[in-house]
Amino acid sequence: MKDELRIGGKKFNSRFILGSGKFSLDMIEAVMKNGGVEIATLAVRRANAGGEENILDHIPEGLTLLPNTSGARNADEAVRIALLARELGCGDMIKIEIIKDSRYLLPDNCETIKATRILADEGFTVMPYMMPDLSAARSMADAGASAIMPLGAPIGSNKGLLTKDFIKILVDELDLPVIVDAGIGRPSQACEAMEIGCAAVMANTAIATAGDIPMMAKAFELAIKAGRMAFLSKPGRVLSDGGEASSPLTKFLEET
Amino acid sequence: MTREFTDAGNYFEHMEPISSEVMRNTLSEASRLNSLSFTENDVRIALGKDRLGAEDFASLLSPAAGNFLEEMAQRAREETRRYFGNSVGIFTPLYTSNYCDNGCLYCGFSADNDIRRAKLSPENIEKEMSNIAGSGLAEILILTGESRKMSDVEFLGDCVRIAAKHFRNIGLEVYPLSIGEYTYLRDCGADYVTVFQETYDPSKYEAVHPFGPKSIFSYRFDSQERALIGGMRGVAFGALLGLGDFRKDALACGIHAYLLQRKYPHAEISFSLPRLRPFINGNYSAETVSEKDLLQVALAYRIFMPFSGQTISSRESPKFRDNIVGLSATKISAGVSVGIGGHAEEKKGDDQFDISDPRSVHEIRRALTEKGLQPVFNDYVRV
Repeated sequence: MKDELRIGGKKFNSRFILGSGKFSLDMIEAVMKNGGVEIATLAVRRANAGGEENILDHIPEGLTLLPNTSGARNADEAVRIALLARELGCGDMIKIEIIKDSRYLLPDNCETIKATRILADEGFTVMPYMMPDLSAARSMADAGASAIMPLGAPIGSNKGLLTKDFIKILVDELDLPVIVDAGIGRPSQACEAMEIGCAAVMANTAIATAGDIPMMAKAFELAIKAGRMAFLSKPGRVLSDGGEASSPLTKFLEET
Repeated sequence: MTREFTDAGNYFEHMEPISSEVMRNTLSEASRLNSLSFTENDVRIALGKDRLGAEDFASLLSPAAGNFLEEMAQRAREETRRYFGNSVGIFTPLYTSNYCDNGCLYCGFSADNDIRRAKLSPENIEKEMSNIAGSGLAEILILTGESRKMSDVEFLGDCVRIAAKHFRNIGLEVYPLSIGEYTYLRDCGADYVTVFQETYDPSKYEAVHPFGPKSIFSYRFDSQERALIGGMRGVAFGALLGLGDFRKDALACGIHAYLLQRKYPHAEISFSLPRLRPFINGNYSAETVSEKDLLQVALAYRIFMPFSGQTISSRESPKFRDNIVGLSATKISAGVSVGIGGHAEEKKGDDQFDISDPRSVHEIRRALTEKGLQPVFNDYVRV
């Protein structure tokens, strides 16, 4: 069976979601192509319809847009930005990003749950960016989310899977695709996220700040594929503490 | 500076006091930290940290950090890239009036200065803005001289409403307003407010602002907080470097922004980097701030508050501006006229100061692209 990523009824072959706002617009096509990317995120705030350097004019055909609500500080603002994205012709997928802390850029799960419900009811395919908290993720799922996007580490930090254990809990407990968003700084970290069962990886800064952006996009593509294959092939257990004794604790069962 | 400084007793009738600890805490923190006491080791320790505190910030502003400019630039560029990618915003200021009630000793608009005064009519504003928008710009900063009488709040509202027809992002750099007035202007379409404290040394402040509403230090200091309470989305800070001890002023300015963001975590914070310039009929003689000093301040702001915006003024040379964008600055003005009008018709009033970079929007855009940076005309959606 083909290993496809399914989000809200749509199917994708690539599990690499790439941000588009941190490098030059004239590179977008080459970077997306090099990374085999099928879904690109886009900040609605960067759209400049009919104006200069409009990011929407640089998105190659065939790419699925995942507009985000960057700039929203509460559910109402996120909803308005999502509706604007739809008006701009960005489609029905929306990544909810609600941030009311300009220093750490951490998402507000409570407002995100509210926005998820409203936008799912509006017919959007909703993908909320969130702090990896099981209870909040369940509420987002109940509210109609099509995928959950927990952060691996603070946005732009390139620190990798600092929240690995919590993301693994989401992977184990939710029936929705779990897509790691934010903090992934190296292909090896993206690979690790895929190995633990994440459905996809979203990256931005790690690629945008690389010396060779298209090549780094390729490296991520390969790492994500490798991680996915490792997950599907059911990796063996890694022993944490040297070897294991050959069952001395149960030897008593054989004793007469 | 004293911990107990207050001038609230001298408020003009229109001035509205707010209950806030930010000024007291800023002044006491800034006076506690003496830039001369920091060593090179302190600078190394600060640069080794992920997140810097006020003390680390002070060390980056110290003379000792002068030997670490390259390391600071590397770190600053990394932070800028992390938060902003290679994007650099482009905007232009529009001065709509140069009447002023203040007597700032260093400014061309000073009420005492014999210059051509003017205020644009709604028709002039419409023409100016329409012309600016024709250059592709989507962000505008509306400025006036500080006269509540000649450029009253209704006039500011008219400016903003006209701007809202042409631009996606509207900022204001006008005299300090009350909470209700900020709310009114937000409802008209403005979302960002810039107020320069000029100097954070109250006695120096008093000396260079001999009369007018601006002579009240604390009312000006609380402007950003009133703007945020009034519903503005972002606020910008600036110390006019060279007016007093630039290290102390930059330190206090950074701490002011830091404490306000802690109190209002959603606030978008931005720094401006004004350096004293000569003006018509005058050249206020003050401390010399070299380009190296200015760069040190810019880098220190960036490393201390890596998420903050940073605007580089046309007061600076093309070479300096072209090099600081991408390192620490995230926004650059283009097609600048600092007289009244001047974008559509002849300037109607004289300039506030001399500019050093007269390049057009097209030229700035090309310069950014040549450096591998992405010019951004819009990065804002009003909701």
